[in-house]
Parts: sequence; structure tokens; C-alpha cells
Amino acid sequence: MNWVINNLGLIWSLTLDHVALAVPPIILGFIISIPIGWVANRFHASRGVLLTISGLLYTVPSLPLFIALPAILGTGILDPINVVVGLTIYAVALMVRSVADALAAVDAGVRQAATAMGYSAWQRFWRVEFPLAGPVLLAGLRVVSVSTVSLVSIGSVIGVSSLGYLFLNGLQRNIIEEVASGIVATLLIAVVFDLLLVLAGRVLLPWAKADPTAKRAWRKTVETAIAGASAGGSVVDDPAVSDPSMAGR
Amino acid sequence: MIEFRTVTKKFPDGTVAVDELSLVLPARQTTVLVGSSGSGKTTILRMINRMVEKTSGDIEIDGEDIHALNPVKLRRSIGYVMQNSGLLPHRKVIDNVTTVPVLNGVKKAEAREAALTLLDTVGLDRSLAERYPSQLSGGQQQRVGVARGLAADPNILLMDEPFGAVDPIVRSELQQELIRIQRDLGKTIVFVTHDIDEAFLLGDQVVLLEKGGRIAQQGTPAEILSKPASDFVATFIGADRGRRALRVEVVNGRNVVVDEDGRPTGVLQS
Ligand SMILES: Nc1ncnc2c1ncn2[C@@H]1O[C@H](COP(=O)(O)OP(=O)(O)O)[C@@H](O)[C@H]1O
Ligand SMILES: [Mg+2]
Repeated sequence: MNWVINNLGLIWSLTLDHVALAVPPIILGFIISIPIGWVANRFHASRGVLLTISGLLYTVPSLPLFIALPAILGTGILDPINVVVGLTIYAVALMVRSVADALAAVDAGVRQAATAMGYSAWQRFWRVEFPLAGPVLLAGLRVVSVSTVSLVSIGSVIGVSSLGYLFLNGLQRNIIEEVASGIVATLLIAVVFDLLLVLAGRVLLPWAKADPTAKRAWRKTVETAIAGASAGGSVVDDPAVSDPSMAGR
Repeated sequence: MIEFRTVTKKFPDGTVAVDELSLVLPARQTTVLVGSSGSGKTTILRMINRMVEKTSGDIEIDGEDIHALNPVKLRRSIGYVMQNSGLLPHRKVIDNVTTVPVLNGVKKAEAREAALTLLDTVGLDRSLAERYPSQLSGGQQQRVGVARGLAADPNILLMDEPFGAVDPIVRSELQQELIRIQRDLGKTIVFVTHDIDEAFLLGDQVVLLEKGGRIAQQGTPAEILSKPASDFVATFIGADRGRRALRVEVVNGRNVVVDEDGRPTGVLQS
């Protein structure tokens, strides 16, 4: 514990760096995925292509990507932007599928009712389909959050400050406490982010608690999203085929 | 008054759901479209608010061609009630009811006040206003659906098998409620069902449809019952099996009406 107590300042400042690098990709990934996921869901022909591309993006190894990005973006090799852009790409890779699935899961009857009442297409999307996709979107976002928080550490290899530094430095100097503190701090960030997301869900989606269908859709998507993420995002099958609940859509 | 003039709907896959339909639906009356599944009832109904666009022909409301109107505005001026209520699951009962008035620009507080009165009209306790739809029974959800359809005080109310998914007792309650509401409000109601008993109960005018939205017979329930136009109609209304062939038996000095199986269905008032 001595090492930890003597280096609390360092751990704290690296934690802040880590958080600062993790938050923008999660938010940007979410925003960017909405139109892409919408297109994938809206135009049947585009669905397979977009989901395959985004699935493949997730399989691009992160270290070469972080090294290649400065050349592509014209940024400095140590610029944190590289990490943010790289992680945003991974976030989009994971999230596009969630958005497409979330929108597909919105009940067709509800969508028709909204049309019948006189929502314009734009109003219907933002006031009906998007909020109703909320539980599944949130499930996807939770996976993206965990994935992003853990991937930020790789940035330390190319010299962008994060908790990954403790891991690298601790291994080099053989200080096991340093390595462990890096891992624990990363886990804590992931847990805190997850709690914040769940809390946001409670506040923004109060109806979902009361709605058994929403709950079911949510649980299901967490499962597929986690399976997808752990398989390196290479799960790109068409859910309309494998998921009986979407039959007759 | 709603008027269809040789209206055809052909879907992109080639299905002709409605084939040259000509039909007049009188104002302030209930017209029931009845027919088996796939006969084109929903398609006909949805052409009235342009959720489905006709392929050819003309549809007019009070002499005005609906295709000259903005579809979104048109829909806001027509009430729509569907099976399984179609309530927005993420909005409370009261917000579901105020949806259309709010879309029309009515102030929220004002719309809520009116919505509470509407809950009374459809026989719902005001204490349900703050619940989410999933917290209501099927029958209650349908009542909310009716309240929502009436909220903007439309002249026309389209109802697509609104009571099809509730149990018979609740259905019967909802039917009586609708009869009462219609007596008070006098809307132009277009009601779709596959249940001939429901059609005869609710319809001022009943339109019996065959496949392709072809009219097999059209008239008051009494006209159709007394003079089925074809074997198809006779079969559909059950007259062929004598289901509606009631007869009178004298029991204990009173005229009791019995059906084909001899089951008493009522007492004849002298
Ligand atoms: N969007 C659609 N695309 C293709 N065919 C359709 C579509 N909607 C309905 N149909 C077909 O049109 C016919 C009439 O359907 P519908 O109006 O829903 O009948 P009903 O409401 O009487 O059951 C059916 O054969 C149905 O399969
Ligand atoms: Mg139908």
C-alpha cells in the first residue's frame, strides 16, 4: 500500500486524464451512430453493409490505429485527439448496431398510431421512436462506456497520459502495486460511468420501469451487445433472421 | 360526409387490396365496414387519413378532395383508434390524450383540463391520468384510445377493430359506451370489424365487404338481415344456418323468443 499512498496525487491526476479521454468518444460515438443506425434500419438494403462495416471497424487493432491516425489527421504524434478519434471509431462500431436494433424494436403499431395522430416524420422520430428506443440505446451505451474506458489505457503506449501509464511503468519497474492500482482505478471509472448511465436511464426513461416489453428488449440487447463486444464486434448477422421477435416486421 | 369514387389501392407487391370502391359515408352516422380478414377494411380506413395513398380514384370529405390537403394536417383533424390501443408507452395517460391538441398548438394546461373531462366521457377514473399505459388493463387502454381519438374534437372518427382484443364482457361494455358517446356527440364514425354482431349493434349503415374491398351488400342492419343480397351475405351473417332465425314459443302464457336450438333469447313485448 505504501506505493499507492505515496503516489495518490499521480493516480488522481492520471484518473482525471483517463476520464477526460473516455468521455468525448462515448458522447461522440453515440451522436454519430444515430444517423448511421437510422439509415441501417430505414433502408433494408443498407443494413447488412453498414453493420458489417461497423463490425469490421471494431476488429481494427487499436495500437496500429493510434499510430496511423496522426498521419491521416495531420495531428501531432502525442496529440490526445488521436486517441479520442480512435476511440470514437470503436464507439461508433459498437453503437451503430445498437441504434439500428433499438429502432427496429420500436413497435410498428405505436409508430402507425403516431403517424395517424399527425406527427410529421421528424416529430415522430424525435418524440416517439427515439425515446422508445431509449432502453436498448442505453444498453448499447453501457457496453460502449466499458469498452472505451478500458481502451483508453492503450493511449499510454503512444505517450498519451492515462491510467495505462501505471500499468506500463509498474511492469517496467516491477512494482506490482502500481500495476494493480492502475487496474483498480480503471475498473472504478467503468463502474462509476455505468452507474451514471443507469441513473440517467432512471431519470430519462421513467416509463421503462413500468413497461415489461421495454424491460425485455433491454435485457436481450445487453446480452447480444456484450456477446458482440466480446467476440471483437465481429457478430454481424442479421437479427431479423436470428431473432424471432422481429419476424413479420 | 366521406365519399369514395372508384378508388383503387394496389400495393407495390401487386396486391389489389381495394378494387374500384365507390361508397358514401353519411355525416354524423356510424358506418361499419365488416368483412373477413384481408378484405381490405384497414386499407379503406387508412386511405381516409392518407396513411395509405390511393392508387386511383377520388376521395372527398365534405366535397373537398383530400389529396389537395397536407396529410399531416389532415390526420390531426381526424380521430383514429386502433386495436391494441396504439398508445405511446412512454407517455402518461393524460399526455397520450392531449397528444393531438398539443400538436395542434393548444396550450398544455388547457389541453390537460379538457383531457380530464374526456376521461370522464369515456368512463375512466381521473386517478388513472398519471399512469403509464402499461399500468392499465386492456379495456382501460382502449378507453384511453377512444379519448385520444376524440381529444381534438374531430368531425370524423376512424376506428379499426378497436374492441377486437378485449374479452367479451369488456367488449360489450365498450360497445355500449360508444353507443352512448355517439348519441351525445354525433360524430361521423367509420368503424371496422370482422364481427357481424358488432357491426349490427353499432352501425347505422353496414357495409359488408368481400375480398378486394368489393361491396357485397350495404344498408341498415334491418335491411341486410331481412334481405341478404347473396349467398355470401347470408353465410356471413349466419342466416343460412338459421342462426338468426328466431321463433316464438308460448311459455307460461308469455311469448318467449327462442333461437334455432330452442334456446330462449328474450321475451316478446306485446
Ligand atoms: N403494405 C402492404 N403491402 C402489401 N399488401 C398489403 C399491405 N397492406 C395490406 N396488404 C394486403 O391487402 C389486403 C387487404 O388488407 P387489409 O386492408 O389489412 O385487410 P383487413 O383490414 O380487412 O384485414 C390483404 O391481402 C393484405 O395482405
Ligand atoms: Mg385490418
